[in-house]
Amino acid sequence: MLDALNRALDFQATALTLRSERSRVLAGNLANADTPNFKARDFDFGQALAQAAGNAPLRAAARTHAAHLPAAPAAAAPTLLYRAPLQSSLDGNTVEMDVERARFADNTLRYEASLRFLNGQIRTLMTAMGAAGQGQ
Amino acid sequence: MSMFKVFSVAGSALAAQSQRLNVVASNLANAESVAGPDGKPYKGRQVVFQTQLLDAAGSAPGVRVAQVVEDDSPARRVHQPAHPAADENGFVTMSNVNPVEEMVNMISASRSYQTSVEVMNTAKSLLAKTLQLGA
Repeated sequence: MLDALNRALDFQATALTLRSERSRVLAGNLANADTPNFKARDFDFGQALAQAAGNAPLRAAARTHAAHLPAAPAAAAPTLLYRAPLQSSLDGNTVEMDVERARFADNTLRYEASLRFLNGQIRTLMTAMGAAGQGQ
Repeated sequence: MSMFKVFSVAGSALAAQSQRLNVVASNLANAESVAGPDGKPYKGRQVVFQTQLLDAAGSAPGVRVAQVVEDDSPARRVHQPAHPAADENGFVTMSNVNPVEEMVNMISASRSYQTSVEVMNTAKSLLAKTLQLGA
């Protein structure tokens, strides 16, 4: 029963985790906009999601005691690729402020979309369970 | 929650860019100075940025100021015979700071700083919305 609830929310939860991973990578690109020889990085979101959706948890549960049962193995972290610059700069830096900011804004919007889907699914489940005062 | 790392990454950029602004301020303040306490003219300083990995996987690259280097270009010499610091030929040795370069440096630093602040604000509002999940 609880597993079915988990599975209903799992896909969007995975998408949300990957979105936050990507925002971290893009924030790193923006932070290093003035660092000589820094190469901008990113990952293919669609591919990473397809890879993660199959074998669930993105992070392995830590086992702090020998008697703990091992949890399912974590999916591999998304493969970080290098961005091909449109206009190369003299100091070897491949961060293009406009491209990175556009990607960051796009990623933020999609993160909010995932949040909204997740909220909708939770509300649907609440209604199905007949929670008092919820989703009536 | 990996989103919290965004704060460390953007925070490191804020620290590095503000140090760059500090150096620019020091250069501009000394653009017209003739000699420091050691009797030598002021030399312009520049920060050197370096990537600082905040996790083992390399997906959270912060930035730090690796070192502050002195500009070794020749000092500016101005003919001012009445100046107390003038040499026997009437030339005064000034600092080697180029105010135009420093102004450009300042604008670049301030834009980068603003970007990092916006990244932080975005991450903050996303986290606040995530906290309200299911409410």
